[in-house]
Amino acid sequence: MANGGYLLSVVTFLPLLGSLGLLALRGEDHVWLRRLALATAVANFVLSLLLLRGFETATPGYQLEELRPWIASPAINYHMGVDGLSLWLVILTTLLTPIAMLCSWESIRTRVKEFFLMLLVLETGMIGVFLALDLILFFVFWEVMLVPMYFLIGIWGHERRIYAAIKFVLYTMAGSVMMLVAILWLFGLSATRFPGGTFDLPTIQLLLQTGQLRLEHTTELLLFGAFFLAFAIKVPLFPLHTWLPDAHVEAPTAGSVILAGVLLKMGTYGLLRFCLPLFPAAAKQMAPWVAVLAIIGIVYGALVSMVQPDLKKLIAYSSVSHLGFVVLGIFSFHPIAIQGAIYQMLNHGISTGALFLIAGMLYDRRHTHLIKEFGGLSTPMPALSAFFLFVCLSSLGLPMLNGFVGEFLILLGTYQVHKLWATFAALGVILAAVYLLWAYQRVAFGEVTLEKNRALPDCSARERLILWPLCVLILWMGIGSSLFLSRTETASQQVIEQMKRPQTPQLANAEAATKDAVTNALTQSQQVPATPHRTGSK
Amino acid sequence: MAPELVACFFGMLIMVADPFVARERKGVMGRLGLAGALGALVAVEVMSRNPGAAMNGLLVVDAFSVFLHMIIYGAATLVILASYEYLERENLQQGEFYALVLFATCGMGIMASATELMTVFVGLEISSISSYILACYRRSALKSHESAMKYFLLGSFATAFFLYGVAMVYGATGSTSLLAIRAAAAHSDGNHVLLTLGFGMLFVGMAFKIATAPFQVWTPDVYEGAPTPVTALLASGPKAAAFAVLLRILFTAFGDASATWFLIIWTSAALTMVVGNFAALAQSNVKRMLAYSSIAHAGYLLVAVAAAGAAKEGPDAGIAAVLFYLLAYALMKLGAFTIVSHLGGRGEQRLAIEDYAGLSTRQPVTAACLALYLLSLLGLPLTAGFLGKVYIFRAALDARLIWLVVIMAVTTVVGAFYYLRVIWVMYFREAQQEWTPSPVAPGVAAVMFLTVVGILALFFFPGPLMTFAMQSAAALR
Repeated sequence: MANGGYLLSVVTFLPLLGSLGLLALRGEDHVWLRRLALATAVANFVLSLLLLRGFETATPGYQLEELRPWIASPAINYHMGVDGLSLWLVILTTLLTPIAMLCSWESIRTRVKEFFLMLLVLETGMIGVFLALDLILFFVFWEVMLVPMYFLIGIWGHERRIYAAIKFVLYTMAGSVMMLVAILWLFGLSATRFPGGTFDLPTIQLLLQTGQLRLEHTTELLLFGAFFLAFAIKVPLFPLHTWLPDAHVEAPTAGSVILAGVLLKMGTYGLLRFCLPLFPAAAKQMAPWVAVLAIIGIVYGALVSMVQPDLKKLIAYSSVSHLGFVVLGIFSFHPIAIQGAIYQMLNHGISTGALFLIAGMLYDRRHTHLIKEFGGLSTPMPALSAFFLFVCLSSLGLPMLNGFVGEFLILLGTYQVHKLWATFAALGVILAAVYLLWAYQRVAFGEVTLEKNRALPDCSARERLILWPLCVLILWMGIGSSLFLSRTETASQQVIEQMKRPQTPQLANAEAATKDAVTNALTQSQQVPATPHRTGSK
Repeated sequence: MAPELVACFFGMLIMVADPFVARERKGVMGRLGLAGALGALVAVEVMSRNPGAAMNGLLVVDAFSVFLHMIIYGAATLVILASYEYLERENLQQGEFYALVLFATCGMGIMASATELMTVFVGLEISSISSYILACYRRSALKSHESAMKYFLLGSFATAFFLYGVAMVYGATGSTSLLAIRAAAAHSDGNHVLLTLGFGMLFVGMAFKIATAPFQVWTPDVYEGAPTPVTALLASGPKAAAFAVLLRILFTAFGDASATWFLIIWTSAALTMVVGNFAALAQSNVKRMLAYSSIAHAGYLLVAVAAAGAAKEGPDAGIAAVLFYLLAYALMKLGAFTIVSHLGGRGEQRLAIEDYAGLSTRQPVTAACLALYLLSLLGLPLTAGFLGKVYIFRAALDARLIWLVVIMAVTTVVGAFYYLRVIWVMYFREAQQEWTPSPVAPGVAAVMFLTVVGILALFFFPGPLMTFAMQSAAALR
């Protein structure tokens, strides 16, 4: 359980090392800057595949754990671990980063060094968020991500980039500060049962699950609220989604791909990792409200997408719609729905990432995202149109492609628990087809509407290089989903398990049995912090 | 006492040697000043080996005073390092500057070690009067005169309040020694009103110095008008010393009566945070913005003081949080004001936020350092400011001060707006062509390096410092 080697740390910090290497190069040496950055990102991707090798599918709990003491008082440890929930998300991150770099190969010409530096630092932050098991460590990675993203949008973005960047940061910070307060509050509560208090997520989880630490109803509700706010802003959940269209439209293509592909998943990851297992009673109580917001997000997001004249904004609102599905699946508390939610997270990352890539390719050619500037593009650009169609079909959930598996599992699981929710959500599937197919029709089908579009070049080798892996994945995840789902099954079962709390008669036995287990597990691999502890009870 | 002696000695040495040094070679004074500050730092180390009472019980050397001395003399060293180039550029290179800085620091040191109110007053006056003169150092600039006048008038009023408070406390308890006050306050019920009134006056005097609402009005004008290295000193040293005095008064003298003063501190903290952060939003002058941010940070520190007062388990955690944050804050502000002084240009023309446009392309290292200071002031992880806020939050949550925590959290996010604005101007705007910043002087570079290392080190390795801070907190009782 204790020290599972260094793989997780390497995967997390290799991009940071690469970024330090970038600092050593000259700013004008664009060729080698790009090569070094890409090499680092690809190497990290290969290393992350090693995670698959070391991962045991049927074992619950965290694997490849690394636990090193960092600060003695308050006891903050460097605790990293991977489980079925985070495994595929890490690999998604390491996959999308080199793709994002490749898509900006030609289009970023100013301050190239800083651009790739930001991408690499961002990658470290993102992987760290998924792997951190200590609450403060998680928060550090979470906040650290803000700065590179702020720069990515603000320097290399489009016209209203400063507004979008500051909006992004302010929204996210507002949620995170409340989350920090909640983390510290939880720490204070843990001090009643664990000497000196702990920020360690598995420890707190164990204390809560065995009933040693009991949260009062209002406390739990407030803590849930604080965490939920931070994650709901990130997802984004209606009505906290207004930062997303601006951020997506104004960000450069690489920024949009990373934002949609990975950053949004952190919100849903946080819901599964923190909100549900730590505060199940509050989650269950708030579930109907959250479900209503999610369903509104699904339907509203889809309807607004339909009327967007700007392709990127359309895709942005479609993100709101798709992630509404994920949140709905999470808050139905059914293992199948949670499996679907995790799967849909991955699907959305790949499909929407690909959609943004294609939008970026169109922008590279015509410097506009407006749909009316395109039309009949399948004639001059058949390959790009084919890719576009394929990705649209994946996004709307055509069977045999990845989107269908995720959406179906979510609807199946939700239907078992709340028939009404699932019915409304299914509406979203229909609406998704409407806006995606209509957008595609306006862009690609029919006669070429503007003469200048006739001369547009089709996909270059580089563009094919980034689109093919995603399309192959889309098909693979659609047909061979068991390969992916097998690894998430235990994790989703575990989320349900972690939500259970003991009834009062078993409390005494649980206390005696697990008090030793807790102290043993932790004294094995770290020194118990020798701090002046508070023994006063709540 | 040793650091004060060293500082005074070097100050007097500079004053005596100054007339004998030729106009062009005044830089020697700067080196002397630096030697003095470094010597004082060494003396702090020597002092820490000999704890105990000094000067017949007027001063005390304990962990608390050593911690504060570390901050104060460190600040002085960095200010002297940073001011060398500034004075050269402004043609103000005189020995008096360094002598005054050393004298002011000596006064602050006395304030930090004093256990007796009249000694506090002596230290307060030494440091204040030196600061008034330093604020007026740019004799040819109207703004400098204005800031010095404002500082002098309002500062004298505040000192008068303080003195009046000392007199009342003496009248109520028969002594001006902090420990004797505590003993007397525990026994007597008769002179309660006089004691409370005296305490209120003391608080007014100190609240002025630490720039908390509603006594913060002088800060933006004084910070803006004073020469920037002096602002750097004002923002770090006197604040630390004044907090030291406040902490000693609150916890040594009135420690058992925390119910009396808790509400005052609570209200002051809430008001200060709100005023500081919201007023900073409207600023377009960098120095004024940093001044309002100083006010806001005084508010955060007061939250920790309130937490120390309200904590059931004792004030140690809160006081330790104050000390840690004072050090982190001093580093951040010193670094920020140093860069502002470097970029100010001749005659301090370039102080608008707009003037920093495109700095990231012209002087990337400077821009990166300033970005780090601003992010640390904001409280982003990987910086000392984040850990400082974590400690304050934790102390406040343990003391169940939920409302203060919420206000602090909200105002922190408000802060994001104006801190990020400077960063975006530096990074997202094109460099304007009218002027180029001069190359970075070695003194400025040294300050930037030391403060950046300090901020990052405090984040990654806070352990030793926090242990020291806890010891210092314990020493207060």
